[in-house]
Amino acid sequence: MNAPFETSKLHDCRDAFVSTLEELGSANEDIVAVCNDSVGSSKLAGFRDKFPERLINVGIAEQNMVGVGAGLANGGKIPFVCAASPFLTGRALEQIKADVAYSETNVKLVGISSGLAYGELGATHHSIEDFAWIRALPNVPVIAPADRIETAAVIKWAAAHQGGCFLRLSRVGVPDLFPEDHDFELGKANVLHEGTDVTLIANGTLSYRAVIAANILKTNGISARVLNMATVRPIDSAAIIAAASETGAIVTCEEHTVFGGLGSAVAEVVVDECPVPMKRLGVPGVFAPTGPANFLLDEFGMSPQGIAESATDLLKRKR
Amino acid sequence: MDTQTLRTIANRVRRRDLQAVFEAGAGHIGGELSVTDLLTALYFKIMSVDPAAPLAPERDRFVLSKGHTALALYIVLAEKGFISKDEISTFLKPHSRLNGHPNRTKVPGVETNTGPLGHGLPIGVGMAKAAKLSNASWRTFVITGDGEMQEGSNWEAIMSAAQFKLDNLTLIIDHNRLQQGARLADTNNLAPLAPKVAAFGWDVQEIDGHNMEQICEVLDASQIVTGKPKCIVAHTNKGQGISFMSDNVAWHHKVPNAEQYKIAMDELEKAAP
Repeated sequence: MNAPFETSKLHDCRDAFVSTLEELGSANEDIVAVCNDSVGSSKLAGFRDKFPERLINVGIAEQNMVGVGAGLANGGKIPFVCAASPFLTGRALEQIKADVAYSETNVKLVGISSGLAYGELGATHHSIEDFAWIRALPNVPVIAPADRIETAAVIKWAAAHQGGCFLRLSRVGVPDLFPEDHDFELGKANVLHEGTDVTLIANGTLSYRAVIAANILKTNGISARVLNMATVRPIDSAAIIAAASETGAIVTCEEHTVFGGLGSAVAEVVVDECPVPMKRLGVPGVFAPTGPANFLLDEFGMSPQGIAESATDLLKRKR
Repeated sequence: MDTQTLRTIANRVRRRDLQAVFEAGAGHIGGELSVTDLLTALYFKIMSVDPAAPLAPERDRFVLSKGHTALALYIVLAEKGFISKDEISTFLKPHSRLNGHPNRTKVPGVETNTGPLGHGLPIGVGMAKAAKLSNASWRTFVITGDGEMQEGSNWEAIMSAAQFKLDNLTLIIDHNRLQQGARLADTNNLAPLAPKVAAFGWDVQEIDGHNMEQICEVLDASQIVTGKPKCIVAHTNKGQGISFMSDNVAWHHKVPNAEQYKIAMDELEKAAP
């Protein structure tokens, strides 16, 4: 599918998250939301107004928040534990490891405003390590949806899934990439743009940028495949192997440090199964400077033009 | 079950614990002996749990937050029928499901995987909150060590339990005054614990954590104060029941030699009710 989209119409995926959660909550009273004083930033006011008893705000206490989520799951509830991703994953990492991953509890971890979404607030508020941290843990699928439609589908999947997961959401506006009836399948990449010369693999806020990059490359006579790889763990090895063998070069794009995230997960498959030239785009192992997320992504070479240039350079290394 | 029978079980648990530590060459015997009477009362007098249905939705929940004393829990679970008594001899052996800290996915009766300190009480808050949301009557019990209360996450949980008015939650602090390498008083002295927890809005009671009558009385449902979570500060001795271990900081996770083992076992056998 060559996904049509309009970049002029951008959506905050948090809206799709909460409207889906409210819809699910109406049908299933076991669904509860847990947060750390983040009713506003997690956009949970509507859920709270509809289900006041089922919005559990523990205050500014992330370790307790994740533990409370695990206890609620033990008691038969389906908790969506929502907080700004840097604090959810950083402050409560040991609770995520022991109480969710190791204990195999049915806790849905929702990292809001992930990546560089809080660009201007500085590196304390950037969450560009969360793929790496959570991906290192067994039993917790790591998922970063690319638009409002995929976000809604992922939330529905999570509610039905028996087990924990980490859903990495952003507040940065993105255009629609998927048709309204799109369904989410764990560990399955989607082709957003067909191509044969090189593959661009992205997720979250980078997916639409990769599609624009593919269109730029097309005007330059380069045929680029774009894979939306929302699931970082378990990674879609088959799609990566196919991309390597059919296009011979891979560029990854992510709102994350290049250490341990999507690019690393793709590279692990490439190294083991199908070595081809790769370029990993992301934050290059530094604390990012001040600036809005979209500005920072451009700064780090992930404007559509920047992605296209990296792909063009990579082709010179192609065997 | 009468308290005399409970004391008999607790004595049997202590002897099996001593033997398992001696045979495995490892364990946390000091804290296991301090928590044994509390565990025995919970499983044989207070809690409604069924070894035939370890995940029954209406069961009472127990979390051993001081997970390093897992051996005592395993032995109580075996006494109760959740696992076989023979299995205790596999403690810490390669591929045994009885590793040094309890695992809910492997051992029936274990509710959550503990080990890192300060995890159990937040989980207990979530359990108690779940029961409230479901209008269910089951209770949640959490045991922490006193040194463990140095973990900040416990105080996050203490605040939220009071805020949520979780009177179906009971925290028992195994106050044996010793932590791994030194006395609590010489490390980070939280004592007296009772007024600190009470200041957060909990109903707090202090007991002799080795007096079976007091344990059973304070944990009885009739003692619940509506709208307030309950904290029991249980004054205990690390190494309780063995003279040379009792209140001795050296016995956090020391293993007795053959001679010490014989003396210790003799003492426990003589003390059998």
